[in-house]
Amino acid sequence: MQKLGEFKLPPFFNYPPYFTLQPVRETREKQVQLWKDLILDVCRNQKIFVISLEEDFPLFSNPSIERSLSHEAKVVFLSALVTDGRAEWMDKGHKKCLILWMRIQDWADYILRFVRENGLEDGVMTVEDIRSGFETRGTELAGIDRGVLMRALKLLEQKGKAVIFKGSSADDEGVKFSA
Amino acid sequence: MTSIPRLPTASLTTSCRPVFFSGEVERYLLPGVDLESDGSDRPTLLLPFQSSLLVITSHRLVFVDEASSSAREIALSAIIHAFPLKKSMSIRSMFASPRVRLQVSISNDGTISEKGTKSSVITLVMRGKNTDPDVFYGKFMEVLRSREWELTASADQGSTGLEGSSSASGVNDLRITMPVVGVSGILRKEQEIWESTDKNLQDAFQDLNALMSKAKEMVQLAEKMRQKLLTTGSNSQGSSNDEEMGSKQDMQDWLLSVGIASPVTKETAGALYHQQLSRQLADFVKTPLEKAGGMITLVDVYCLFNRARGTELISPEDLLQACALWEKFDVPVMMRKFDSGVKVIQNKSHSDDEVFARISSLAQKPDALRKGVSPSDAAFTLGIAPALAKEHLLSAESRGLLCRDVSAEGLRFYINLFNEIDSANIYTIKSHGLLNAWHLATTVSG
Repeated sequence: MQKLGEFKLPPFFNYPPYFTLQPVRETREKQVQLWKDLILDVCRNQKIFVISLEEDFPLFSNPSIERSLSHEAKVVFLSALVTDGRAEWMDKGHKKCLILWMRIQDWADYILRFVRENGLEDGVMTVEDIRSGFETRGTELAGIDRGVLMRALKLLEQKGKAVIFKGSSADDEGVKFSA
Repeated sequence: MTSIPRLPTASLTTSCRPVFFSGEVERYLLPGVDLESDGSDRPTLLLPFQSSLLVITSHRLVFVDEASSSAREIALSAIIHAFPLKKSMSIRSMFASPRVRLQVSISNDGTISEKGTKSSVITLVMRGKNTDPDVFYGKFMEVLRSREWELTASADQGSTGLEGSSSASGVNDLRITMPVVGVSGILRKEQEIWESTDKNLQDAFQDLNALMSKAKEMVQLAEKMRQKLLTTGSNSQGSSNDEEMGSKQDMQDWLLSVGIASPVTKETAGALYHQQLSRQLADFVKTPLEKAGGMITLVDVYCLFNRARGTELISPEDLLQACALWEKFDVPVMMRKFDSGVKVIQNKSHSDDEVFARISSLAQKPDALRKGVSPSDAAFTLGIAPALAKEHLLSAESRGLLCRDVSAEGLRFYINLFNEIDSANIYTIKSHGLLNAWHLATTVSG
């Protein structure tokens, strides 16, 4: 079984047509579905938040069968994720794609749950703490993309569950959660 | 009391074209013809159908009824006399259909045939629109006067130099002389034959009219040469080298393609050109279709057909129109256009499903599971041209049977596994089934 880091790749990863954009509609739909799921699974497993089309993304090629996705194919699959609301293009030229293997709303829920489970309501944390601090080690929040985190926090702020403010040091912000 | 003359039946091909005898050439076509017995006030119809297509050949008058796929004939040799056209200026005659009266010989049982003891007068009535009786009469008299049926009869007795070697004794001659004289003996004999053939050809080219009458002789020549090639090839004691055999094969194929001595031309068929061409094409295409496995590209048909015609080549538009007309007739062939735009001719009985079944089983063989199927692989297995094999693979792909794989090695096709994969269980492979077969075939090699 092939692996990408710790991630176990499915058997069809070795099926050459998987890497050629299929022209027949029904077949294409199935192919797109499989790629969407695989991209999300890999990104979740490896905590990848951004896929850049200008760099090689290991998932997009399989050296053992000497096949890799064409640029057009990559755009098709990522665009499909964007349509599903599971990804966002970060630039007009569609060169960088933000992968939301958890939706912003889901992140907000996750943060809230984490806060409650750890009794951190009415406490204050810096954004950086949330990202790389001791408390979040071993959770999904460890290593979260800063942009994604900010959006989730802002969502919580809108719901009145948190307040974001400028911190003591110039380049960090703090969050106060409320129950 | 004369009984009504009867006409013998004539054979037709499946496309309602007359079956020609050896040496018989089509000369003129006229639609809308009736045949009546002459004399009494109420003329009797001599044909069991009305408004037939009259095909004048070098040997016969054939009356074809396409509606009933039947035909009757009158041998030209049975025509004793053709009365000149009446040139009366009465008003009645201006509106009446032109008529040609013929005196024909009748045998004892009442059939119109050559060596009859009695005779009768019959009338050819031309009811077709735009029929010019003078043109028709002129052509008809020309054909009658040339009496080609007599030429063919005498030619069969052996007037040309080749005749001697086409009979069984000729074959024996070769067999005897070969071990004695060897290749140079054959070459000398060939030389003599070619010299007389050469003179034959020179005479033919002097005069185009003479060429047309030589046309059927040329076809006979070609056929004889082909026969000789066949016997020479099978009798050789393994002495021929590859080059010789190769050029013999080329010669053979070339001769095979010289098949049509009686091309339907705009001149002979007039307004019926496309219809008759269409029918002749349907007849012609049968043999190449069989050889090619049931399907052949339109381009190939264009080349083959024109090559067989020799002169009076048809244009691509003519070919397209001829194929399009097949829809109107009951012929066993049809034209078909693939999604890619490639046009082919196939037998109506051709089954797509059968081809798909064969492709599907080809794609499931272990080699194909590992490396896929290329158009040339499919061409080899299915026994058809690579271009057509590709069309079939593309059709199978659009049906969801196959998937494509584009790589540095080109375009290849694999059996479609996407349908076998369960999105919810992408790691499981059921123990029986296509996915398992693929998995086994591809992991054995590591």
